[in-house]
Parts: sequence; C-alpha cells; structure tokens
Amino acid sequence: MSEVRETKLPGVGVRHEFTSEDGTDVAVIVHHDGRRELVAYDHEDPDSCHSLVHLSEVDSTTLGQLLGISPVTETVSRIRQVIEGLALDWTQLPPDSEAAGLPIGHGEFRTRTGASIVAVIRDDVPVPAPEADFVLAAGDVVVAVGPIAGLDTLRTMLGG
Amino acid sequence: MILAAGSTDTAIAFLEVGAVVFGLGLLSRVASRLGITAVPLYLIAGLAFGDGGLAELDVTEDFVSLAAEIGVLLLLFTLGLEYSDDELRSGLRTGVPPGLVDMVLNAGAGFALGMILGWDPLAAVLLGGVSWVSSSGVISKVLDDLARLGNRETPVVLDLLVIEDLAMAIYLPVVAALIVGGTVTETTISVGVALAVVTFILMIALRYGQPLSRRLGSGSNESVLLGVFGLVLLVAGAAQLFEVSGAIGAFLVGLALTGKAEERALELMSPLRDLFAATFFVFFSFQIDPADLLEVAGWALLLALISALTKVATGWYAARRRGVGGRGRFRAGTVLIARGEFSIVIAALGADLADGPELGALAAGYVLITAVVGPLLTRFSDQIHARVTRNRPLGRPGPQPTAVSP
Repeated sequence: MSEVRETKLPGVGVRHEFTSEDGTDVAVIVHHDGRRELVAYDHEDPDSCHSLVHLSEVDSTTLGQLLGISPVTETVSRIRQVIEGLALDWTQLPPDSEAAGLPIGHGEFRTRTGASIVAVIRDDVPVPAPEADFVLAAGDVVVAVGPIAGLDTLRTMLGG
Repeated sequence: MILAAGSTDTAIAFLEVGAVVFGLGLLSRVASRLGITAVPLYLIAGLAFGDGGLAELDVTEDFVSLAAEIGVLLLLFTLGLEYSDDELRSGLRTGVPPGLVDMVLNAGAGFALGMILGWDPLAAVLLGGVSWVSSSGVISKVLDDLARLGNRETPVVLDLLVIEDLAMAIYLPVVAALIVGGTVTETTISVGVALAVVTFILMIALRYGQPLSRRLGSGSNESVLLGVFGLVLLVAGAAQLFEVSGAIGAFLVGLALTGKAEERALELMSPLRDLFAATFFVFFSFQIDPADLLEVAGWALLLALISALTKVATGWYAARRRGVGGRGRFRAGTVLIARGEFSIVIAALGADLADGPELGALAAGYVLITAVVGPLLTRFSDQIHARVTRNRPLGRPGPQPTAVSP
C-alpha cells in the first residue's frame, strides 16, 4: 500500500491523499455526512484538483467492492480517525516473509517501528498478546497497534 | 370585542410577516440561481421596507426583534456544531501565526477607517471586527461550488476560518462588556467577568460534552429539537445575565455537542436557523436609513477595496507557509474576501452607540460589496493571477521538476 497522507478539513471532513505509481496525486475527501469525493491533482498546477466523481456512502461501498477492497478496511479507517496518531492495522505474512520462522522478539519490531504486535491470528484462531518467543509462520495475520508511520514500516518489515 | 379586535391585529401581523417571509423565499431562490449567498439580498430587502425605505411595514417590532436575536444565537450555534474539538485543536496548532497576521491586517483596516472618520474608539474597534472576519458560510459554499475542497490551499483557508471563529469567542464578549461601559474599574471588572464566564462554559462544554450529547442525541426528532433549542436559549440567557453576549453561549453549546447529537442537531436546527437568521438580516437593515447608506457608500467601497487587498495578502502568506504555489496562494487570498453574517452580528452590537447608525450602514454596504464581489473574484482567480503574472514564469518559484511525463 502506498503512503496515505491525511489532512483535516475543519467543518468539511478529512482528505486522504496518495501518489499513484504513475505519479498522479489522488485524494479521497470524506465529508462529515458520509459523502465521498474522488479527486485527482493537476500536473500543471499541483495545488488544484479536479473532482472525478461524487459518491454517497452506499456508492463508496459498491466502488470499494468493485476495486476488491473488503469492507473491513473502511472500519479500520474509521478507527484511525477516532484515535489521532494511533491506529490499528493488520497484515498477513506472505510465504516469502523474512519474519516467518523467527520469534517475534528477534525482529525487535517495537523498538524499530514503535508499533506493538498485540495479537496473531493463525488458522482463524486468535492468539492475543503473543510473547517475544512466539514463532511467526507464513500465513499468520499479525495485528498491531501504533503510530501510522510505524505500522507502515512494520508492514514492510513483515513483507506484507 | 377584545377577541374580535385581537384577531384583526393578528390577521394583519400574519399578513405582514407572511409577505416578508414569502418575499425572502423568492430572494433566496434568486440568490441560488445567481450562485451567490442570499445575505446581501436580505439586507437589500430590509433596506427597502425599513425606516425611510420604499414602503414601511410596521410589523410588531417586539416579535421581530426577538426572532432576530434568536437568529444570531442559531447562526453561532450551528457554527459551533460544524467543528469538532479535535478540529479546533489542530486548527490552533497550525493557524496561530496566520491568524495574527489576519487580525492585524484586516481588523487594522476597519479600525483605522473608524478612527479616520472620527468615531468613538469603541465604534472603530467594532468596524475593525466587521472587516476582520471572513464569512465561513459563504466561503464553505464557494469552495464546494467551485470544487476546491481537495485543493492544497483549502486546509489553509479552513484553518484560518476556525481561528477567526475562535477569536470571536473572546472578541464578542469583551466588546459587549466594553459597550456596557462605566468607569475604568467597572469596565475592567465586567471584561474579567465576561472572560471568566466564557472559560467556565467552555470547560463545562469540554468536560460534560460527551454525556450531554448522549442524553440529548437520543429520542424522537421532536425531543431532540426541543431539547437542543431549549438548551441553546438557556445557556445564551445565562451568558446574557452576566453581560456576556448570548451568542457566544450558543456557540459554546454548539462546540460541546458531539457525535450523534451533533449530527441530529445540525439536521434539525438548520431549517430553524435559516428562518430566524433571515429575519435577523432583514431586521438589521430595517433599522438602516437608505440615506445613511448612500452617505457612507464611498467609505464602504474604500474599506472593501483595502480589506480585499489585506485578505489576499493574508491568504497568500498563510498558503505560502504551507508550501502552496502562486496560483493556489492567490485562490486562498481571494476566497477569503467575502464577509457576511459575522460582520453584521458585530455591527449589530454597536447599534446603541453614538456612531451606531453610521456603523450599521457602513457594515451593511461593506457586506453587500464583499459578499457579492468576493465569490466572483475568486471564481476568476486563476485568470486574474495569470494576467497579473503574465510576464513572469507561472507556478512555484522553487526548483521546477526536471522531467515531466507527458
């Protein structure tokens, strides 16, 4: 996932923005009333944008489904907004993850990212508060809490 | 007999109020057709039917003036609702230096003009307030209409509006205390009391906002509407008892409500606000003699011109701090030119001062100009910017990207 920058728009809502792989800046404006607006920034005047489409709450869920995003992500983004600077995120360890086969303590994730692994879900069975000697395996879903930047780093380190 | 006489009076009152409100409905249609705010049209309507206007209506003054006061309360209440305390905090973090520049330049312009006109310093301070505060109502509508909500200069503009509105929470009660006046000691005490009351209500609001919102936000529409409306009046009345402007009480109630209560209150109270606020604008200009307005028209135009330049400078500065390029800075500046509801609220405070009538007329003329011209200017802001900078390279002054993919 690309880095998402978040800006508060007082009285309007929140703007989530990222740079797509072809270099276009794209943003989603989430209004307080649940409406969303998808905008793309101008190449010539990078401060101005043109609105691509306006979406109602139902429309956004539909579009999300079409783009292959599970509704779970939306819940997470809500949680992200509730606790400023602190977020909950999860990622599944891919088969080639460097962290697989090693104990959690080995990666020194908390020291290096500021994010703590609060649970691991293995074969749909949650293991809450895993100890440092808990050995991760490919296919584990790692649930972590921490600052947004730290979570993104953690995701990269786990290869997710 | 009494009943019969009463019913004729009532009939006339209904006819008069009905005619005025129906007329306002038509004006609001015209305004949305033209894509401008209805406030200037309401002001013109008030001028036409008020003292010395084309046709004088003598609608029961008590009734209308109370409705107008409620209009101010609801304007500020819904303004407070718009912001969450989270947004206020983030606005405060980033917006203070631009907020100060905004105050010095724009309030300075109005204050200076008041002094040049030889007004009482207090009236000049009020004129400073009139030219200081941009209209968040007009601006948020313009940003939405012009699809600029995603633009990078927009958070700068919105943060500035938050700071202005917060500054009003201090400015209004202090000025209200000053207007009551008295000896230096009495005034100092009443200003102190005003600030203490505001702090007290604000603390209660932040502390008990959540449980209060839970209680007020549940139940039928009817119970939410009556509960919230009653609370706004109660707090405003209590604030007024301490000579603190009731409007600020209402603003703080708006800040205190969060979550579901906030959402429902906004939905249910907005129609009420539209009704009462329209009454306020009309009633305000009811009291203005069109002859006065003509007399100060030149000054209003001058103030509009100068304070348009100072607002553009403010927006330019604030946007540059956040790394926005030239065109964006100019858009931020021009969108801020529009003044509106707050300027009228401030001018209305000074109605009983010696310079009150002139202040009211000047403020009305000033809002008429800026609320109409501001949105137009910002609509064509990119073209104007291109023309002004024709001989200079466009875009950011910094290093240009070396390769731009086609």
